[in-house]
Amino acid sequence: MDAEALRLSFTLAALTTAALLVLGLPVAAWLAVSRWRWKPLVEAVVALPLVLPPTVLGFYLLVAMGPMSPFGRAWIAAFGRPLAFSFEGLLLASVIYSLPFAVQPFAAALSAVDPRLVEASHTLGVSRLATFFRVSLPIAAPGVVAGSVLTFAHALGEFGVVLMVGGNIPGETRTLSIAIFDSVEQLDYATASRTALFLLAVSFTVLVVTYALRRRPVLG
Amino acid sequence: MTARISAEVHRSFPGGAGIRAVLDEPLAPGQVLVLFGPSGSGKTTVLRAVAGLDRPDAGAISFDGETWFDAASGVFVSPQRRRAGFLFQDFALFPHLSVEENVAYGLGRLSREERTGRVLEAARLLRVEPLLGRRISMLSGGERQRVALARALAPRPRLLLLDEPLSALDGPTREELRGELRALLHHLGIPSILVTHDRVEALALGDRLAVLVDGVVRQSGPVEEVFGAPADTAVARVVGTENVLPVRVAGSEGGLVVVEAGPIRLLAVDPGHLPAEAFACIRAEEVILEAAPGAPTSARNHLRGVVTSMVNEGPLVRVTLDCGVRLVALVTRPGAEQLGLAPGLPVAALLKAQAVRLVPRS
Repeated sequence: MDAEALRLSFTLAALTTAALLVLGLPVAAWLAVSRWRWKPLVEAVVALPLVLPPTVLGFYLLVAMGPMSPFGRAWIAAFGRPLAFSFEGLLLASVIYSLPFAVQPFAAALSAVDPRLVEASHTLGVSRLATFFRVSLPIAAPGVVAGSVLTFAHALGEFGVVLMVGGNIPGETRTLSIAIFDSVEQLDYATASRTALFLLAVSFTVLVVTYALRRRPVLG
Repeated sequence: MTARISAEVHRSFPGGAGIRAVLDEPLAPGQVLVLFGPSGSGKTTVLRAVAGLDRPDAGAISFDGETWFDAASGVFVSPQRRRAGFLFQDFALFPHLSVEENVAYGLGRLSREERTGRVLEAARLLRVEPLLGRRISMLSGGERQRVALARALAPRPRLLLLDEPLSALDGPTREELRGELRALLHHLGIPSILVTHDRVEALALGDRLAVLVDGVVRQSGPVEEVFGAPADTAVARVVGTENVLPVRVAGSEGGLVVVEAGPIRLLAVDPGHLPAEAFACIRAEEVILEAAPGAPTSARNHLRGVVTSMVNEGPLVRVTLDCGVRLVALVTRPGAEQLGLAPGLPVAALLKAQAVRLVPRS
């Protein structure tokens, strides 16, 4: 098995999960309480990666990162190298592609928190932000953990978007799933089989843990 | 120091029903203002607006000279800064925290020693000290209520707001805690506003009463005054056709309690654990009128009085008597005609002892 690809995949999955905890939680918290008229629009954007072919998303990301787009040009000006076919670009793509896997479970868990508890916290003088960390998040914790685990597993095995945006550069963008594809192309079925089995085992374990967490009764 | 609550709460809901409640009441420390009305009358909406949990569409709210909300000038003080304790109907205790952590929850700004002191003080007041180490799921309904009160009181609020505080409890617990709650609210140095749809709760816990019907405050004043003299038929329907007399317990006689309401004495069935002061509640339907004292009856109370006014209510006549206290009787029209009832006519009012229901006060 390709150790470099393994390390890269785990780093990518871990950073994607961390980024989505930071970025996804506020979005989920907003989705959980908002009664905004155009909220379905935001929900649809978040869910888009679920139904969109990875190549479509990958294509648009590639174009956006390329030197032809204002964003791509700004990135090159700032960091001296293009975002496309780099690990940073891969991470950005992975975050966007994994958005629904994090935000949807987070939002479901947060909207299941009794609004009375949040109100009780407010009447006790605790700010909205502190209430989120002291009441909403701890009560929604099982759902947030489940969403994070799911995100990690999904990012670990991501293929289509990675191939479109990152290509196949060892140590930079060559992830486990790409390594499998490579092995098969080279008719190295033994390596492909080991890597595939490994990903299968990880994914299965992750799902078992997720469902076990979901079954656990809410603390109380 | 008597504070004052002024609230004008306008709120419209999809479906037409709206709230336009105007309230302006004194709130002395330890006194309880009851917002009373049937479900859907808007009392909880008013309470939530006072707490700052909901923002009314229009109107203004001020407490103790401080503006909390003013739609005209755009003022809205957040619930965090109003320092009004709120007791939720289902108590809303934090399920992921222990009893102690729940009580300490609102004390974040204090030092550790101060916090511990306040938690103990609130826990002692509510007698939940032995429960401090427990999880919320291990508490009974009554214990939950006391923990929720301790949590609301620990940060020393300026005003306590209670939303149907006894409705989540089962019958016997409710009876027991009603008396406790009254003693506690009076013992506290802060005023309270309490929402209820239960007559007995309103009588037992309230000092002043505001009656809400269809989103409008129809009448407000001292409890016995509102119950005893409803301003209009809408209020009368809500408070019930009851005579409410403040009484003092004077003794007992033949297994019955003797109570005094001003110049009159009444015999009533002892509800048990009766303090010195109570309200005697007599439904107007249960007052029997007699043109002149006749043969002895099984009714234990015979009051002599004079008819002061009569109002027709469909097939019934509402007869107001002066028996030394004001007493209202609801009799049928044929019954009134047979007696030749008219203002100025001397009559006797008969009351069975079991028709005099005593609601403990103090």
